[in-house]
Amino acid sequence: MSDFFRNLDRRWIFLVMGLSVAIPMLMGVVFPEEPSQEVLDVFNAVEDLEDGSNILMAYDYDPASKGELEPMAAAFVRHCAEKTHKLYFITLWPAAIPMLQKNIEILNREYPEYTYGEHYVNLGFRPGNEGVIKVVVTDLKKLYGNDVAGTDLNELPMTANLKNIQGMDLIVNVSAGTPGTKEWVQYAGTPFDIKMVAGVTGVGYTPLVPYVPAQLTGVLGAIKAAAEYEEAVLQNYPELRKNPATQEGLRRMGPQLVAHMLIITLIIIGNIIFFMDRKRGVA
Amino acid sequence: MKNSTIIWLVLLVVGGGYLMFRTGSGSMGRAYVRHETFDAKASFEEQIQKLDNEEQKDIADGKKLPEAKSAARERLEARLPDLEGITWTKVKSAERGELTTDAGQPDPAVVFSWSRTIGLWIAALGTFAIMSFLWGDNVFYKLAEAVVVGASAAYAMVVGFWTGIIQNLFGKLIPSVMRDTVLPGLPSSQHTEWIYIIPLVLSVLMLWRLAPVGGWISRWPLAFFIGATAGIRLVAYLDADFVQQIANTIMPLIVFDNKQGLLIGKSIGNIVIVIGVLTCLIYFFFSFEHTGAVGSAARVGIFFLMITFGAGFGFTVMGRIALISDRFNFLFYDWLWLPLPGIDA
Repeated sequence: MSDFFRNLDRRWIFLVMGLSVAIPMLMGVVFPEEPSQEVLDVFNAVEDLEDGSNILMAYDYDPASKGELEPMAAAFVRHCAEKTHKLYFITLWPAAIPMLQKNIEILNREYPEYTYGEHYVNLGFRPGNEGVIKVVVTDLKKLYGNDVAGTDLNELPMTANLKNIQGMDLIVNVSAGTPGTKEWVQYAGTPFDIKMVAGVTGVGYTPLVPYVPAQLTGVLGAIKAAAEYEEAVLQNYPELRKNPATQEGLRRMGPQLVAHMLIITLIIIGNIIFFMDRKRGVA
Repeated sequence: MKNSTIIWLVLLVVGGGYLMFRTGSGSMGRAYVRHETFDAKASFEEQIQKLDNEEQKDIADGKKLPEAKSAARERLEARLPDLEGITWTKVKSAERGELTTDAGQPDPAVVFSWSRTIGLWIAALGTFAIMSFLWGDNVFYKLAEAVVVGASAAYAMVVGFWTGIIQNLFGKLIPSVMRDTVLPGLPSSQHTEWIYIIPLVLSVLMLWRLAPVGGWISRWPLAFFIGATAGIRLVAYLDADFVQQIANTIMPLIVFDNKQGLLIGKSIGNIVIVIGVLTCLIYFFFSFEHTGAVGSAARVGIFFLMITFGAGFGFTVMGRIALISDRFNFLFYDWLWLPLPGIDA
């Protein structure tokens, strides 16, 4: 038996891994999620704000990480819309412009009362990485004279009198790397004491934990936290359950569990074989 | 032929046959769009009506319409005569469920889109081409990789040129020209800001590297950028990652609460954080040999580091599985049109 695993072509493992993701997805396997305290901290940061508060939606991710971040980005948008917050979409990533548009389509489709310029605005992208944050935190219109469609920001009611992003009640950052959450903490959240929450990829999660809770109210790590955040939103706004799109993160947790079980099993088998070989003096 | 080769061949033939069957039956791989026609004059009139309603409400409440809204109303009204006959059509992606109306009849506003269908197929075949690397390096993978790199670079360049050079640089240096040509929405309050001559000159000097002589000139702007960036980052790091992080680590080791008394969990958490920070710092302290008490502390530090790396690896695995879930989600539901299982069903 151990020889079978020793000589196993790695492509069989790829195939089994693919099936462990595909089968639960096709069968619609969903496991119950209970929001953790850290996820609830993020949820409460949005929920506890007065209705109609100003929120900077800084979405710094591209199509390469949309699988991980799109469910939480969408959950943030829906939660903010339920609270009738005013949303200012912005990005430091050039490839994130379609991602912003995709999130704005949620507002157009599911919240028709949301009017452009009054309830949300798409500021789009400006080059300069963290330099952009450094400027907009003191003078927004120095860099953003227009929105993404070229409309003068002075003509839009929600930006006409907006001087800089210090007027935001909260920064919501969804980030896949650099520039991202770390830069928003360094150049906006910490020096100007602006409240901030974030949602990041699995790879980027652990380096951000030291910022919580003093410099970052909370951070959602990867699809697991996205599913928990969705659950927190659904528990508070149960009418959203009618819309399957509100449960994308939850739906992705079935394949996660099965694939993780497979990886754990393979790691255990690999270690057993390793120790057997060592005992026999082969390794 | 090896057994494994036969099995893979069978899988490919079955999979390919299934695809051909579904494609032939017209029940997959199609993209539809919804056409929405807008009338400019009607849209402006709607906005004016909205402002009027708000004014009426404000008057009823004893308030006055804010100046910004009054100005916006006047601007909208002044542009009304020029809008006669101007219409445009907005094209949006339509989901599978939107193909028919609530009455079960085909929705005339939703039409088949050739361009998006071709895009859908390119995305699906591109996914397979990239995944084929699991089998081994091959021409399809190389092709898809080159397309991704080329398209990403071109996209970033175009967006960067438009937002950086056109909007930020020329929009500030020659605002009237930009307003009359490519940026009609540029604020009328925007006047020439001569300070932007400096970044223009630095940019030209940077490109001098491509000139046959005097390539060394590009080192000047490069030195400026490196110096400025290092300075900006140093201050940010010192504040957010040094001073604030030290402040975050100064915490009570025994946590009491007036209502609940000793909070054991919180206290253990704080003790672990402080021990973890100190022992990890000792591990990276190489001025003393790691023997005796220093060696023991450094060994504890290694454990903390290993746990951190393990947590990072676990999160990375979760991230990678999320990415493959997303691709399968696209292949199954956007491309193959398989029935989407209901979550609450």
